[in-house]
Amino acid sequence: MAGDMIPDDGPREGDGMTRRSVLASGAVTAAALSAPPAIGAGRPAQPSPPAPVGIKIEINGKSHPLSLDPRTTLLDALREHLRLTGTKKGCDHGQCGACTVIVDGRRINSCLTLAVMHDGDRVTTIEGLGTPDDLHPMQKAFVTHDGYQCGYCTPGQICSAVAVLDEIRRGVPSHATADLMDVAFSDAELRERMSGNLCRCAAYPNIIAAIRDVAERGEKA
Amino acid sequence: MKPFTYHRAANPAEAVRMAAENPGARFIAGGTNLLDLMKVQVETPSHVIDISRLGLDRIEKTGEGGLRIGALVRNSDLAADMRVRRDYAVLSRALVAGASGQLRNKATTAGNLLQRTRCPYFYETSKPCNKRKPGSGCAAIGGISRGLAVLGTSDQCIASHPSDMAVAMRLLDAVVETVRPDGQPRAIPITDLHRLPGQTPHVETALLPGELITAVVLPPPLGGRHIYHKVRDRASYAFALVSLAAVVGPDGQRFAFGGVAPRPWRVEAAEALNGGDAIAESVTLGAKPTDQNAFKLPLMRRMLGAVLAESKAGA
Repeated sequence: MAGDMIPDDGPREGDGMTRRSVLASGAVTAAALSAPPAIGAGRPAQPSPPAPVGIKIEINGKSHPLSLDPRTTLLDALREHLRLTGTKKGCDHGQCGACTVIVDGRRINSCLTLAVMHDGDRVTTIEGLGTPDDLHPMQKAFVTHDGYQCGYCTPGQICSAVAVLDEIRRGVPSHATADLMDVAFSDAELRERMSGNLCRCAAYPNIIAAIRDVAERGEKA
Repeated sequence: MKPFTYHRAANPAEAVRMAAENPGARFIAGGTNLLDLMKVQVETPSHVIDISRLGLDRIEKTGEGGLRIGALVRNSDLAADMRVRRDYAVLSRALVAGASGQLRNKATTAGNLLQRTRCPYFYETSKPCNKRKPGSGCAAIGGISRGLAVLGTSDQCIASHPSDMAVAMRLLDAVVETVRPDGQPRAIPITDLHRLPGQTPHVETALLPGELITAVVLPPPLGGRHIYHKVRDRASYAFALVSLAAVVGPDGQRFAFGGVAPRPWRVEAAEALNGGDAIAESVTLGAKPTDQNAFKLPLMRRMLGAVLAESKAGA
């Protein structure tokens, strides 16, 4: 129900209407208007949804059996079926990176993959990187360096950043790599590798500072 | 997305059989192009055959000293492979110039070759598009055409092929190995893979319906300087307006352009000529630009000049 997701801001003076009551009654009206017509009303039958497909997927160390419409993206499986809403839907077309998660050690856009293709895979989401009581070093750095404003792109930025440092460590080249045989850390490398994570608040300079901070600490460790 | 039945294939023969048994089926490997198109209902397969676990993900030396690249090798893995970086650097460069890190981690070799145009009218199902709906017309001709093709077009379609990797593959004379619907293997030189639109823009490749790419084979390495230049509106994460793959060395020179045609554009006859201007003139013969993309022609000429200069300069 719409009312479950919207915080109740309490009764108003005068008309007794709250946001919750207006939206809930609106939803009921809309549902009544869109109810399917009686049989024989002349509308073509909608195709029945495809048979659900069963998978088992490990998210942040925990195995989850799921039975899904095969159209379910990994992103929607995480957010809608597993209520792991840290991963965000920004564009749903692989263009913004807000949906970035780590699957079997690689960062991918979870909006552009089907959950059923990941049977048996190990997925790490932002919830798996750290918690408020036990922040991942990258999360700490984003706080220290003020690497976000609205926070919507942030989980994707952090997952991507963690994977980027791993990619550099593994010697994976990028468009910024001068000598293909010698991959080294640099700000230019960071900017290029993070180019798949958009931030409309333009927190980019602080995001780079945060990632650089973690990289430099990593080298000292 | 329209509803579909999901199948998982255990091996190439089974994948091909599943496709033959289910008309309207599409293979899904990385899915980074197919799912994008399914979400806007440009692609509406009734069956989706997951081939992501067929195990075609090795890169191996061939008997001739070349490289056989499995169809499912991820773009990032292909770019990072030491043999590719060392002996086929233009391919590494082209790969890392494309997409984003996340997309390169998921996209596959064959999927990259088969990805479809990003023409905005192809994507917009309310607009006429002869590729999407044969005979409906082409909204790009006379519409927004800045990013579209100047060569190899027709009065039916001016879509450009968006891939960087394909340009390098064309430059390197790659051969595409497939399994046909009848189960027989065949080898298609990459120059024959992508079709020009002509009067049938909806026919994009030489592949039969349900034919499965299993590998891409590179000939033995070319020496010389390997260069990939990409001119685009942003410094990263944007398709090419014009790109240029080149190998220049004592044994000769070769050039292939991206972003300018429905497939990578290489004119072998031009490679016997001397000097950027002469090569450019030969490569751009027959060009039919629109007002909005005519800039690509002088841009191609200048990029050739820059690449030739770079190839002669010190490493």
